[in-house]
Amino acid sequence: MAHLSLDPKKIETCRKLASSIARPIEGLIQAHTTIAIERATLRLLGVNGAVTRNGQYYPEVNAIIDTLHKAGVLGQGVLHWFANGMIQKKMSAAELGSAVARGKVDLLKLPRAPEATVRAKARELCEQARDLLVERREQRDGIRRETRDTFDPEGKNGPLLYVIVATGNIFDDVIQARAAAQAGADAIAVIRSTAQSLLDFVPHGATTEGFGGTYATQENFRIMREALDEESRKLGRYIRLTNYCSGLCMPEIAALGALERLDFLLNDAMYGILFRDINMKRTLIDQHFSRLIIALSRIVIHTGEDNYLTTADAVENGHQVLASQFINERFASHAHMTENLMGLGHAQEMNPEHPNVFLLEIARAQMTRDIFPKAPIKFMPPTRHKCGDIFYSHLMDAMFNFVGVLTGQTIQLLGMATEAMHTPLLQDRWMSIKNAKYIFGGAKDLGADISFRPNGIIEKWAEKVLDETVAHLEMIHGKGLMKAIEERAFAEVSRTETGGKGHDGVIVRAQGYLNPFFELL
Amino acid sequence: MSGETGPRKVNLKKLRPYGDIMDDGTVQLCFTLPVEPSPEAREAAVQFCQKMGFDPVKVATMEKAAEGFSTFVIYGNTKFSVDFTAIKVLKVDAQKRAREEIDEIIRTRIGRKLVVLGACTGFDAHTVGIDAIMNMKGFAGDYGLERYQWLDARNLGAQVLNEDLLKRAVEAKADAILVSKVVTQHNIHQRDLKDLMARAKKQGLLEKMIFVAGGPRVTHPLALECGFDAGFGVGTKPSDVASYIVEEFLRRQGVSLDEAKPKAPARKKGKKS
Repeated sequence: MAHLSLDPKKIETCRKLASSIARPIEGLIQAHTTIAIERATLRLLGVNGAVTRNGQYYPEVNAIIDTLHKAGVLGQGVLHWFANGMIQKKMSAAELGSAVARGKVDLLKLPRAPEATVRAKARELCEQARDLLVERREQRDGIRRETRDTFDPEGKNGPLLYVIVATGNIFDDVIQARAAAQAGADAIAVIRSTAQSLLDFVPHGATTEGFGGTYATQENFRIMREALDEESRKLGRYIRLTNYCSGLCMPEIAALGALERLDFLLNDAMYGILFRDINMKRTLIDQHFSRLIIALSRIVIHTGEDNYLTTADAVENGHQVLASQFINERFASHAHMTENLMGLGHAQEMNPEHPNVFLLEIARAQMTRDIFPKAPIKFMPPTRHKCGDIFYSHLMDAMFNFVGVLTGQTIQLLGMATEAMHTPLLQDRWMSIKNAKYIFGGAKDLGADISFRPNGIIEKWAEKVLDETVAHLEMIHGKGLMKAIEERAFAEVSRTETGGKGHDGVIVRAQGYLNPFFELL
Repeated sequence: MSGETGPRKVNLKKLRPYGDIMDDGTVQLCFTLPVEPSPEAREAAVQFCQKMGFDPVKVATMEKAAEGFSTFVIYGNTKFSVDFTAIKVLKVDAQKRAREEIDEIIRTRIGRKLVVLGACTGFDAHTVGIDAIMNMKGFAGDYGLERYQWLDARNLGAQVLNEDLLKRAVEAKADAILVSKVVTQHNIHQRDLKDLMARAKKQGLLEKMIFVAGGPRVTHPLALECGFDAGFGVGTKPSDVASYIVEEFLRRQGVSLDEAKPKAPARKKGKKS
């Protein structure tokens, strides 16, 4: 593989800056919990039912946590109340969850077992939950061995073919996903219904209506994974499943994804802040707990830096993407994630009419590969400059595939010719996969057979972006992350520390906050 | 030989698609049938195209896209034609002007900044469109409305509820409201747009503000159908929108920018609903 000659000292400087930028946030994480973390805690224990409210499902965990939050007692951690409840009522977690959610048991009115007994019970419950997550992980790894899994985080086996399905109906999604797998896709992402990220609960059950996508629910995860297991066995090739671990329910989606054996989760430390206007503190605290679960389950995350280039100019703002990748890397390792799980994201979004655009795109893709050599880099296709000309669009995707295979990207989200028109039709996906297979095969070893001209256009561009990244991280370090975001450090979006959705779900941890998952995961 | 002496001219009374010979009626099609590829599947595709009025029908390829699915690329020649001379299309009625000219018109003819609010409404979180029109930077080298000296342009961002948008518009004494809709599944965009206009009508805002809809699947006729004053689709530049806003604003004051034309009467609102 050809490499760029980037100055390792500058890269090291970036990592040190990212570490300093993240440190005060790590203190913030340590001192708080959120309603989403407490709900995820109960879900991991097995409280995954729903009550009916206004004719719709409402998760039991929400009913339980709403009440405790209103009473102002969540600073102790839900387990302080729930573990005691299980001791007093001699019920399983699922039974007690159901009873509390239906108002049959009031956790705050029960007699208290001795503190040490409650703590021991909580620890035992969390250990069982952790063991279940490990069991699910091993079950998933077993299916990967049983079929054939060629995924290599470093991209040595060529880019993985990744496509989306988005019908809004999980049963139609299954048909589309199977068809894509048969055509050659290695991974399927079920796009979520638009704005699910702003729901402060995870919808329940199988769903057949969504907008721009399909709701992420535990049952939908299960249905799709079951279909893909079957398809993997039939094709003799392991097909991965992706969903979206962002928004107000980040920790819960991580928990449900881990329980239902998902392979990939879109998960970014700052995406929700920037693109969904979710409160900064809420997002930063939530992302940490979600990543603890993800680390244990060895799910590969995909970060969302590609989005920056849809709002900020892609030629001028490569440094924002790289700076954010360093910060995401730092937060991920703080949650015990290893590099092989960090699918750092970026995109080919430069204006196609920019002179030498492919040289610049190659520089960006190659430097991402070289700076994060062990990370399963996620490469996103052109969207911003696409319009209804599907033939030109298909050509853009072909060049994107060419850059991807040349620079050793790990996960290639295949572009669709009908991008910007409709959610992909079956033939759109088929055509796109055929395009990728042709180019990935035909240029398989090209990257290994060339070298970059020292001080050529590509090397110089990469150096320029790296220099700008150092300066950008220094600026963020100087101001502090939250202030820098307020001043549009990323994607030309400004957010404030107390603004955005979900701020009221952030809770200061009280003395003796009880949640053994923070030690066990 | 037909005795032709030059290239055949287009017959606008009987307009047909053009491939390589005038009037050949050639159309390319691509579709998928939910059956395995087979001679029967091919015949089904041919018959399907014949029923759509194509003859002859040439199947360029029949591909197995997945188990139980055949994807076709087909060329067919249609005998249908349309009378181009009789076509009438509803278009946004405004002359395209440059930013400097628009600023100058507002400065000299209106004498105050026009207030323009933009938002993605409902559950829609896709701000690409509204950002391209509103933000300073603009789109494809055409500066956004924020850059206009004589526009007070405010981008409210994504997922703004219709009721909030109108509340903000009243507070800001907005002259124009731009609504961007990207997600169109189950026609959610039309429902949201119609809902906004129903609320605006109830609050008596139709006369006071210019309502503009935009988005990749939005057209001017669709916008009119939803009760808006204008609609802009894919490829729209900020200056297209600004040109319309200033012209429509003046039109409502009884001022025409086209010196040659007599004054157009102020348009009556709500006649389409």
